[in-house]
Amino acid sequence: MYNYEPQDQRIVEERAAQFRGQVQRRLDGSVIENEFKPLRLQNGLYMQLHAYMLRVAIPYGLLNTKQVRRLAHIARKYDRGYAHFTTRQNIQYNWPQLQDVPAILDELAEVQMHAIQTSGNCIRNTTSDHLAGVAQDELEDPRPYCELIRQWSTFHPEFAFLPRKFKIAVTGAPAHDRAAIRFHDIGVRIVDNAAGERGFEVWVGGGLGRTPHIAKICREYVAYADLLSYLEAIMRVYNRQGRRDNKYKARIKILVNAMGIEAFAAAVDAEWAEIKDSALKLERSEIDRIRVQFAAPEYAPAGDDNLAGLLLGSNRELAHFVRNNLRPHKVPGYTAVMVSLKPKGRPPGDVSDTQLEALADIADTFSQGELVVTHGQNLVLPNVRKQDVAAVHAKLSEWELGTPNIGHLTDSICCPGLDFCNLANARSIPLAMEINERFDAIDYLEDLGPISLKISGCINACGHHHVGDIGILGIDKLGVEAYQLLLGGSPGDDASIGSIVGQAFDADKIVDAVQTVLDVYLANRSSADERFRDTYRRIGKAPFKKALYADH
Amino acid sequence: MQIIKDRGIVQDTWKHVEDGDPIPAQGDITVSLARWLDDKATLTAHADLIGVRLAPEDEASALTGDLDKLALVAVQFPKFTDGRGYTTARLLRERMGYRGELRAIGYVLRDQIFYLHRVGFNAFELAAGKSLTDALEGFGDFTVTYQGANPP
Repeated sequence: MYNYEPQDQRIVEERAAQFRGQVQRRLDGSVIENEFKPLRLQNGLYMQLHAYMLRVAIPYGLLNTKQVRRLAHIARKYDRGYAHFTTRQNIQYNWPQLQDVPAILDELAEVQMHAIQTSGNCIRNTTSDHLAGVAQDELEDPRPYCELIRQWSTFHPEFAFLPRKFKIAVTGAPAHDRAAIRFHDIGVRIVDNAAGERGFEVWVGGGLGRTPHIAKICREYVAYADLLSYLEAIMRVYNRQGRRDNKYKARIKILVNAMGIEAFAAAVDAEWAEIKDSALKLERSEIDRIRVQFAAPEYAPAGDDNLAGLLLGSNRELAHFVRNNLRPHKVPGYTAVMVSLKPKGRPPGDVSDTQLEALADIADTFSQGELVVTHGQNLVLPNVRKQDVAAVHAKLSEWELGTPNIGHLTDSICCPGLDFCNLANARSIPLAMEINERFDAIDYLEDLGPISLKISGCINACGHHHVGDIGILGIDKLGVEAYQLLLGGSPGDDASIGSIVGQAFDADKIVDAVQTVLDVYLANRSSADERFRDTYRRIGKAPFKKALYADH
Repeated sequence: MQIIKDRGIVQDTWKHVEDGDPIPAQGDITVSLARWLDDKATLTAHADLIGVRLAPEDEASALTGDLDKLALVAVQFPKFTDGRGYTTARLLRERMGYRGELRAIGYVLRDQIFYLHRVGFNAFELAAGKSLTDALEGFGDFTVTYQGANPP
């Protein structure tokens, strides 16, 4: 993984020192809260319902075990012994004290981490495919480009006060987008052009929130050397022309939609022509310098594995784990192991300090000392020998980390909701836990097959409810928590935005409604292999609607 | 009034003349972009120095061909969170080659000085009540940067 050079290290140390000064000046009153707010947000520090929340950046989701142990230590020392992984590959602490935050930033800087631009109206953490570097279907490892974008966007002086937040995602697997690039402000897809030259397809204007949009292609091919100048051209058009009169209309998706993609792309091209041959031109040596740091590790030879035997074995939990939690690896004999952070009875994405330390130990022993955070609020052990899977599962299970539900209904994505967030209209974590409780029978989940459930506590859509097979949106119905049901969303190559089925459900009826949706799916799917979204696309909303509102 | 210029504290000599107010017979003055474009000929004959104020929505390119007549371009930040002026500054410096005084005015704060300086501002009228000596510290927030420098 990328190891900081002296200048990278200096920047995160100076950032911690800068924030210490800003907190000091806030506390002595020379900076008022309105002036402090953007400063703290650009350090990931939110004012939540009960306390401050600190969001720490995990660039493209990649962590080494030294960092994981430090995150555990911070959870123990400055928080309440746990932390929460987000849908953008970051980690959040829910209970830090303002005066402790500079010390936390110092602790992070010591392990090459930071909270820079994890919030605020600036370029946020660049995200990627959680299987980057090990996926079989990858054209090229996208992380060197993510790191390049991270450096370019870090404290970019022109773009610190954009109309609104700005999120970039990169995928290196052109046919299997696991980074949801079509739902980012900018999505970058590594491609080859007709001449076989490596470059990027650039998408723009995707996003969720109040007005979900699928991104559009801004340019089909940008040569690798021009990546940063092209991104800068987009940012400049947006910074000048994006709306600033209404925060709900300030994202780039609104601008792209208002101008039309052709006019927007033309404005970008005009700007790009001016800066294409500037200092932003990438030297091959520069990208190679970064790329070498992501070189594949030495893979010890793998012996024979018994995964086929485990699938049929008497340890059913392990059999399900093998079926659901493993992902193909480019090196024979290896697999990427997905670690579910969605066990029964726990808020999705939460981990304790001791679980983090156990994960660090497991990653050191079995996965070359690396862990990856996923968009689905889970983790990946990216480099596990297939012969070690049973041992890894046994170790994980000691820490309630062996749940074999990846990709299934109970592997839901969920925002913090009304339990923590001051934007929320409704609770989302208890609902996710209730669903996890209700649909506990593993054979039922297996029969159901891969299906995604995504829950947001308000229309800001942090739980990505628009792109779940089943999406749930918490609303405030005359002072009472209620839930809307959406069906048919998808974040990937076949991107689609879920559609609201009908009237919202009361809190005590929404889990029954999910059951009804599942019943309709099971009764109508053409075969056990037809995914929920394909059934939905084939039969439409009507059968679901009929079943859901039959009594009304 | 004192301002920060070229990383020092100096006495300001400029008067910002509002639209509708008479142009004084002498003294260094700035006018809005609209007034400048309307009345360029008269203003160019002003006895002392002339500068133009750009609002966040004003395009730098509106001053194409005029920059050699101007001793000051002041970019307004009515809100410090409105970042349009950062692009304006870079375009003036990098694309249009402006070498004169480029001043940030309005809600200008110590914690934005580092960024403002990096995009090409060399002068800063701070928001009322803010310490200039404190703001000077802002230039030193970072000793290294990732992006190419844009020194004025």
